[in-house]
Amino acid sequence: MRSTVSLWFAVAHRSFRRYSTYRAATFAGIFTNSVFGLIISFTYIAVWKQNPTAGGYDVADAVTYAWLGQAMIMTVAVWSGGATDDLAARIKTGDVAIDLYRPVSLLGWYLASDLGRAGYHLLTRGLAPMIFGALVFDLHYPANALVWVHFAVSVVLAVTVSFGVRMLVSASAFWLLDDTGVKHLAAVFAMFFSGLAVPLVLFPGWTSDVAQALPWASYLQVPADIWLGKDQGADVLAAVGFQVLWTVVLLLACHLVLARANRKVVVQGG
Amino acid sequence: MVDRVAANVCGYALLAWMWIRVSMSYRTSFALLTLGQFLITGLDFVAILVMFSNVDALGGFSLTEIAFLYGGSALCLGLADLLLGNIERLGQRIRLGTVDQMMVRPLSLYVQVCADEFALRRLGRIAQGGLVFGWSIYALDLDWTAARVAMVPYLLVFGTVIFLAIFTIGAAVQFWTAESSELANAFTYGGSTLAQFPLTIYPTEAIKALTFVVPIAFVNWYPSLFILDKPDPLHLPTATQFAAPVAAALLSFVAAAVWRTGVRRYRSTGS
Amino acid sequence: MSVIEVRDVDRSFVVRHRSGRLRRTSTIVRAVRDLSFSVEAGEMVGYIGPNGAGKSTTIKMLTGILVPTAGSLRVAGHTPYAERAALAQRIGVVFGQRTTLWWDLPLRDSYDLLRRIYRIPADRYRENLATFTDLLDLGPLLETPVRQLSLGQRMRGDIAAALLHDPDVVYLDEPTIGLDVVSKSNLRDFLRETNRERGVTVLLTTHDLVDIERLCSRVMVIDAGRLVFDGSLEGLHGLGEARRTLVVDLMEPAPPLDVPTAQTLRVDGPRQWLAFPAEASAAPLLAAIAATHEVADLAILEPNIEDVIKRIYSTGPAPSD
Repeated sequence: MRSTVSLWFAVAHRSFRRYSTYRAATFAGIFTNSVFGLIISFTYIAVWKQNPTAGGYDVADAVTYAWLGQAMIMTVAVWSGGATDDLAARIKTGDVAIDLYRPVSLLGWYLASDLGRAGYHLLTRGLAPMIFGALVFDLHYPANALVWVHFAVSVVLAVTVSFGVRMLVSASAFWLLDDTGVKHLAAVFAMFFSGLAVPLVLFPGWTSDVAQALPWASYLQVPADIWLGKDQGADVLAAVGFQVLWTVVLLLACHLVLARANRKVVVQGG
Repeated sequence: MVDRVAANVCGYALLAWMWIRVSMSYRTSFALLTLGQFLITGLDFVAILVMFSNVDALGGFSLTEIAFLYGGSALCLGLADLLLGNIERLGQRIRLGTVDQMMVRPLSLYVQVCADEFALRRLGRIAQGGLVFGWSIYALDLDWTAARVAMVPYLLVFGTVIFLAIFTIGAAVQFWTAESSELANAFTYGGSTLAQFPLTIYPTEAIKALTFVVPIAFVNWYPSLFILDKPDPLHLPTATQFAAPVAAALLSFVAAAVWRTGVRRYRSTGS
Repeated sequence: MSVIEVRDVDRSFVVRHRSGRLRRTSTIVRAVRDLSFSVEAGEMVGYIGPNGAGKSTTIKMLTGILVPTAGSLRVAGHTPYAERAALAQRIGVVFGQRTTLWWDLPLRDSYDLLRRIYRIPADRYRENLATFTDLLDLGPLLETPVRQLSLGQRMRGDIAAALLHDPDVVYLDEPTIGLDVVSKSNLRDFLRETNRERGVTVLLTTHDLVDIERLCSRVMVIDAGRLVFDGSLEGLHGLGEARRTLVVDLMEPAPPLDVPTAQTLRVDGPRQWLAFPAEASAAPLLAAIAATHEVADLAILEPNIEDVIKRIYSTGPAPSD
């Protein structure tokens, strides 16, 4: 057990380092995130100027939400990308057969790798635009240390939920050979239903409830509400429980799908 | 000279047509990807509708007026994106050696890079932008004078040229750093997102920057002020509303210079 | 008349590398220096050298991709870097590993596209395509998308593509790399014939020296950016003071043989390798060995051009700066 944990740490660490070699790309990305953060902030300011309590947020909440969105966009890999893309590539080349025969869990391996990547993206493309946003606008910050802890847990769970979704998308390559189309579509849903374009709390009537029950709500809306203190006490537990639930459901689904894929590879030889 | 331009235009058409035929050989995939493009950009507009379920106006503009801005920006970006194809992947092409292969062909490198992997599926995005644009024109309660009508194609043509130039500059920068492709996104997709909303929601300094530094305001903002009969927050002379060709020409000039410098650099470093 | 003229060409690159966390230092690397040669129309020249010697830099300058730092180039009456597009009409290029054809298009469509891009007259195109289809056995492949072709088939397709517009000069970069023996041999026959029949000038870079032996009457060797040899294949052999190798199997293992006219290269149990001058006879050498040891079997290895070239690299002019 201990050796497995240390292996996953090693995998995560290696993945972290792999992403940290693309320095120019990271700077370019931070710039782009900051530009979009500005655009979205001003859009929200215009919305909340017209309706100062829209979605139960005030204008500072909304602007903070805009920057949290930019911080999460790469951390949860909304546009896909990350370790799961490696899987899709390895399915296409057939190298995945090697992975399936490894004596360690394929799912654990890729999850560790994706968490390593997410860690790097959070510290660079998450933190840097957030600091920029904080310099330009008055933002809201977690009220106390406990909220910070809750937020940190929620971010990790956001990554695992998004990993589960992306993993299922990549695994479709076992049957479709090419996952480009599915990936495209998945990215569209993720972009919209994570609340990156517009907060889920602004959705009219029942659509807001539906959107907030979907797994994509874990990406941004849930961590943001914890950060902003919209969830207090038992609500925090419920919010984190919601993310845990989706994590379990999705990872279980991944497990089943990979088991089937394994049988398929064994029977058909890839 | 005329002969060379003709050869290059012809070459572009040939290469583009070849890629269209290639995409048609994967009909299902083509249909799905076109639909995907339509949906992606469609949800973009749904986000604006969601906002308008909470407010009646943004920056003094109604939903139909914003739809007009949105449609104009989306159409110009879509057309530029269609014409320039995957120019943003120049860095990747340099790494793969594709650029060298293009340079031994008797066509301009720029034409070949633009036509490479010409993707008709981008019509999905254009169709969506066109739909919103068309609806806004239908729904707007305007007196469509000849001048206003003429201003619409004017907006589309010069707006597209401005985006073409921005795409070109963003790609040319990759002659220096191949990893910078995302930097260009800030200006292209960032620019078009910006232009989807009335510039009145941004600070005055930003509007000035978008007028005089990165002239995205000329894509649809100034022409739309004329068509929608809105006051100019900067109080610039009315002539500004017709100055899109000047901005487009200046920016194209800069783009051509940056591209040429980039090619020259590539040809003296080979990387 | 020279179809390629290279005069005192230099090409240096600035190479930046990280030294420490943020500091960067740059050094100037001269990839090609004082390069001068000319190639007559209709010649077939082998251009060889170790990796990084400056071969591809030279080819890139000759095709107009790279601009030289100093010196002058003329190819088919054009200055490559100044008249890249015009020159492209007169040259054909095959980049060994990478295909210049369109991955998803059937071969025939790729050719048709090239016909339009190069504006090849219709009758000339038909004629050329028929000839190459026949000689390169492309008939069954014309309707196949390039991505489905094997390496050898693709190379044939690429070579035909490079010749369709009747270029004066063709650059072939590793045309036989990765091919099997039969394909290599067929390709060489085709190249020899094309060179002879069409008078097209061929500049060939390769790591396979058999290509050179079979095809080229002239060889240029480049090392560390300098031309270290330019002459006939025989001259190259002579320069390397070729040696033959005698391999003897003795009845039982013995210490290294000590024969005055030869040098013992290697000992492996009863088998020993002895090098001796190529022009000397093996008979006295064998007699000397037989006088002291019982010989079970023997073989003589002919001088190998690769050895010769290796020797040139190691004794050639050392880089001066």
